[in-house]
Amino acid sequence: MTDSGLKVDVACTVNGARQTLRVHPLARLLDVLREDLGLTGTKEGCGEGECGACSVLVDGELVNSCLVPVLQVEGAEIKTIEGVSARGAELHAVQQAFIECGGAQCGICTPGMVLAAVSLLANIPQPTDADIRNGLAGNLCRCTGYMKIFDAVVRACERAGVKA
Amino acid sequence: MRAYLPDYNLRAPRSLADALDLMAREPGVWRAFAGGTDLMVLLEFGALQHKNFLSIRHLPELRGIEITPEHVTLGALTTYTHIQRDADVRREFPLLGAAGRETGGIAIQNRGTLGGNVVNASPAADSPPALLVYDAQLELVSASGARWIDYRNFHTGYKQMDMRPDELLRRIRLPRATGDLKTYYRKVGTRKAQAISKICFAAGARLASDGRIKDARLGLGSVAPTVLRCARTEDVLRDRTPDEATIKAACAMLVEEIAPIDDMRSTAQYRARVAANLLADFLVNLKK
Ligand SMILES: Cc1cc2nc3c(=O)[nH]c(=O)nc-3n(C[C@H](O)[C@H](O)[C@H](O)COP(=O)(O)OP(=O)(O)OC[C@H]3O[C@@H](n4cnc5c(N)ncnc54)[C@H](O)[C@@H]3O)c2cc1C
Ligand code: FES
Ligand code: FES
Repeated sequence: MTDSGLKVDVACTVNGARQTLRVHPLARLLDVLREDLGLTGTKEGCGEGECGACSVLVDGELVNSCLVPVLQVEGAEIKTIEGVSARGAELHAVQQAFIECGGAQCGICTPGMVLAAVSLLANIPQPTDADIRNGLAGNLCRCTGYMKIFDAVVRACERAGVKA
Repeated sequence: MRAYLPDYNLRAPRSLADALDLMAREPGVWRAFAGGTDLMVLLEFGALQHKNFLSIRHLPELRGIEITPEHVTLGALTTYTHIQRDADVRREFPLLGAAGRETGGIAIQNRGTLGGNVVNASPAADSPPALLVYDAQLELVSASGARWIDYRNFHTGYKQMDMRPDELLRRIRLPRATGDLKTYYRKVGTRKAQAISKICFAAGARLASDGRIKDARLGLGSVAPTVLRCARTEDVLRDRTPDEATIKAACAMLVEEIAPIDDMRSTAQYRARVAANLLADFLVNLKK
């Protein structure tokens, strides 16, 4: 996918590790993560910004990695689903809640849902129901019917409540 | 089919001056690449005709929100998230806050820019109707200088605009003193997030102490080849009280003034009907 003549060096941090990538500047961050770095937790659903399966955090902000050309992450800090819980540590409260509430079925939307939820809780530590719906509105799920995902986010908030 | 990447190029100029220099030396070759939320979709579908792009996202001259006594000036790179986080902008320009909240989902709001929304020139874009109501002005910059133009004169036809190939949109300026403007915003789409508008309606007006309408402003999306400031309908409203006869006359003029089409999202008939209904709803609520 990123096999092209014109390549540039892009330096960034991915899940805490410094990387210098030799890539086409317009390669999608999604493909670079999956193919160049082997981080296949980030999924591709639509490839056009509609489904959120490819969600990652860039400098703490939720983005669709299918819409980000890799040149634009020069100097940035990227967090993917692989980096949501610290290495060797327990699962993130959101991940734990997804397991407990049955928030995943086929799992394709799950990494993106988890990152959208992590980003939501970082910005709004005590979200209302409407905040949760709004925070997840850019992420589509074909399996769960959304209620269990919603429940998982509510549970993660309750659990993190002290921190908020 | 997906584009063949080696045909394309994206560069990050070191400064605004460097970007403008390159655009002046090779006019028409280089185009701006901001948040990429319109461009990357085209690229993915092999529909991006232009090949060479300059990433402008890191340029400080196109960033930030500046407030002076007369104006609020938004850098072209202002995202929908920036707008929603700025309490002053939200309070003074609620239509812009409403448009931002209803644009895409959070990830799109974090990345998509106001400048990209304007220059992408989709007649279905959701912030331009708000910008029209606020009498926005655009600053276009090139190696040979800067000029300000009224946004209402910017779009000259479907995807046609008053911008030269060597120019960038740098800032968007909104006159203040909108305090007593009563505003109204409705985006009509198939679902709340992500959906492209079937019709977008932004309006503002003042009521004089005698109950007459002053300064009616109507900005509509998805009803013509460009977003549209409906000046003839505004003329009908001027100095009249928003009673039943006025509403009827204004709705009739609005339906005449817009030129909606049938497409995959909706029909011309539906759009005309809903545009008139939204205008009536705005006017009825003006008195409250
Ligand atoms: C899933 C999804 C949902 C969306 N939902 C909505 C929605 O609800 N409402 C809506 O209105 N839009 C929506 N959009 C469209 C898009 O997000 C917006 O139009 C956005 O504001 C574009 O900004 P950008 O910075 O990403 O533009 P880019 O893709 O970077 O650029 C768009 C165009 O503008 C030009 N350009 C950008 N900045 C400048 C500048 N400063 N000077 C000169 N030219 C410039 C580029 O050359 C290009 O032609 C959606 C897109 C996606 C993928
Ligand atoms: S794959 Fe990126 S939003 Fe669907
Ligand atoms: S669990 Fe299958 S798409 Fe959500």
